[in-house]
Amino acid sequence: MSCCAPGTEGSIELSRSSLIMPSSEELMLASRSLTAGIRQTDLSVPGVHCGTCITTIEKALHAEPSVQHARVNLSTRRVSITWLEETPSGRTDPQDLLRVIKAASGYDAHLFMNEEEASDRLRTQLLRGVAVTGFAAANIMLLSVSVWSGAEAATRDLFHWISAMIAAPALIYGGRFFYTSAWNALRQGRTNMDVPIALAITLSYAVSLWETMHHGEHAWFDATASLLFFLLIGRTLDHLMRDRARAAITGLARLSPRGAVILAADGSREYRSVEEISPGDRVAVAAGERIAVDGVVEIGESELDVSIVNGESVPQAVKAGSVVRAGTVNLTGSLVLKATATARNSFLAEIIALMEAAEGGRARYRRIADRAARIYSPAVHLLAVTSFVCWGIFGGDWKQAMLIAISVLIITCPCALGLAVPVVQVVAAGRLFRSGIMVKDGSAMERLSEIDTVVFDKTGTLTLGRPRLVEACGKPAHQAMAAAIAAHSRHPLSEALCAAHVGPVPAIDSVQEHPGEGVAVETTQGQYRLGKRAFACPAQSSSGISGAVSEVVLSMNGEELACFLFEDELRPVAEAAIDRIHDMGLVAGILSGDRECVVSSVGRKLGIAGWRAELTPREKAEAVAALAAEGHKVLMVGDGINDAPALSTAYVSMAPASAADIGRQAADFVFMHEGLDAVPTAVDVSRRAARLIRENFALAIGYNVIAVPIALAGLATPLIAAVAMSTSSIIVVVNALRLNRIVRLSDGAVRKDTPRTQPVAAEVRPA
Amino acid sequence: MNMLIYLIPVALALGGLGLGAFLWSLKNGQYEDLDGAAWRVLDDDEAPVSQRAVDTPKAGQ
Repeated sequence: MSCCAPGTEGSIELSRSSLIMPSSEELMLASRSLTAGIRQTDLSVPGVHCGTCITTIEKALHAEPSVQHARVNLSTRRVSITWLEETPSGRTDPQDLLRVIKAASGYDAHLFMNEEEASDRLRTQLLRGVAVTGFAAANIMLLSVSVWSGAEAATRDLFHWISAMIAAPALIYGGRFFYTSAWNALRQGRTNMDVPIALAITLSYAVSLWETMHHGEHAWFDATASLLFFLLIGRTLDHLMRDRARAAITGLARLSPRGAVILAADGSREYRSVEEISPGDRVAVAAGERIAVDGVVEIGESELDVSIVNGESVPQAVKAGSVVRAGTVNLTGSLVLKATATARNSFLAEIIALMEAAEGGRARYRRIADRAARIYSPAVHLLAVTSFVCWGIFGGDWKQAMLIAISVLIITCPCALGLAVPVVQVVAAGRLFRSGIMVKDGSAMERLSEIDTVVFDKTGTLTLGRPRLVEACGKPAHQAMAAAIAAHSRHPLSEALCAAHVGPVPAIDSVQEHPGEGVAVETTQGQYRLGKRAFACPAQSSSGISGAVSEVVLSMNGEELACFLFEDELRPVAEAAIDRIHDMGLVAGILSGDRECVVSSVGRKLGIAGWRAELTPREKAEAVAALAAEGHKVLMVGDGINDAPALSTAYVSMAPASAADIGRQAADFVFMHEGLDAVPTAVDVSRRAARLIRENFALAIGYNVIAVPIALAGLATPLIAAVAMSTSSIIVVVNALRLNRIVRLSDGAVRKDTPRTQPVAAEVRPA
Repeated sequence: MNMLIYLIPVALALGGLGLGAFLWSLKNGQYEDLDGAAWRVLDDDEAPVSQRAVDTPKAGQ
């Protein structure tokens, strides 16, 4: 159930979701203690999107006796809860808070790391700078208009002095961002965009002050202040875009466990954080928990979800002596492991190292704006110096020459250029955010607009990673019995069986799990067995069901009563999304670690001809690198640890929000909703954004081409220069806002049904 | 000219008031959640529950 649109969320299985919910110990570790007995937890709830969500969640949380205060922040999709550790009814289990949120609204809540944002502090500083310079600019303009309207000598001087006194603190307070940045660049012997800005504002103030002291007619404090005002607005917009994107992504939950329960020699249990676990420690892993470190099983039998290693959808059975890897999920039975490596040396860490190696290649991509800045800054200085010298020598009036040089500096001020890219990216990122897609930074959008190939991981990306019941044969009474037995098992197929069953089920007290095979229960009528066909009906030969579907059989005393077929559920609108991707002229492919028959059936269903199966994480990364070597720009869409290296190697990458933490960190985009159409939407918005950026560059450069000659010819005073520069900035901003109009128009347009052509998958060959 | 002696400071003071008000609202965190604030205005329920005292038993529990 969802608080907003009926039916969109489907039936949510609360018990299954506890598999991916952080444990109580993790929640306690992650919460802050405010005072004695009161803790605060911040959770990310990406599903909230309207006012009803806010009131529903807050009301439900406030109804809990342990909650003191709860507040939802709709802009950052977070909820902040202040709760009591002890209530009259006992100790509070923080997991209850997540369950309450889920039950009330249907949304999952995730933990996130609250890195206390230095960037937030910068944002506040920038906003204060904008406010102060805005105040200064307005008041100085007030006085300037009076001067232009014909103030005589004494009044004019008074106004100039007042303007000077207003401008001075504003210059220092607002200009410090540019001064520090310019100084840092100059110290390293190069120039950046901020050097001409710093020069322009300082020089214009200095000359104006000199003029004022000598009772001159013209002063340009208004130019200085307005310049600073508009420049700071541009800076703030740029910062806001990076800030929001980064906070949204790195703030999401860490699904890799923060700690584990250690058994001491005397049998006592202690929860320790994952860095403190050393080889030789005995780790207790309960059913449903993620394994924190590599190890060997000492006691217990169970099944593991090993998708981190190979994306395999079938659980793997383990018993005493089996080797287990960090990151896998323990499904059915509790285990005691002996750790064989620290968290730092585990398989997980190896994957991270692979990723970081690939990351270095990504950093070499230079953003368009930075590339433009390298030539622009020296050119501007050269021009200003040349005009100063020429006018001084040939005109004779050095003061006039100085003014013209300042006008040149101001008019060539890269304000429009500096805004051209960030403004479009802010608008585009906002548009994507409203569609449930989060962007890490602007360069990701630039890269996404250039791709020509899309490669998908299968499990968790094209599919939801959850098995779905497709067919059930057998009498309703037997199906009910099967559901009753399945309720006692945490195997994904059992949970899917339970979820699909409606109606009353007979009560069963306990069952025996046979890991890797099935579940058995003794009753008065006989022994029921639910599991693989070989387990339930040992006498029967195999039924010849293809490996693409999983089969579960219920039998009594060896005789088959009911049979259930499951397949991995495809993401909603997956087929339509792939169609859209083909329409856009992109080539689609699948890289998966799962078995061939499963991957080929998924490829067939979606119309993707190029797929490869049974790949390790390293092989996936190599496949992506091979495509890149052929000159393709690849978008990799993947969910987890078994394709994190591939995500880093690809030109640009995308992950669903349900991905493991490492997958989300490696990806440039994260999409929150379940539907796969986030992928074509992101590509579409990025392409339009790239087009608008090019238009903006044309506008900004066109303005320069017109304005610079005017300034060089001495026809522009610094004020005119400031006004012209500001106008160009405004034009650039307004042009960027067109993104919303364009995209909205195209969303509303009817999409005609083009026949799906066979994709030219020459490079991504079938395995 | 006489009027200017007090008119200009008045203008600056008024502007300064506006600036101070903006800086205060920034510090007060009123720009943290603009989307949420927009929706809360339309909320029909009674005043939201603010910090409850630690030892107040919940009504109706």
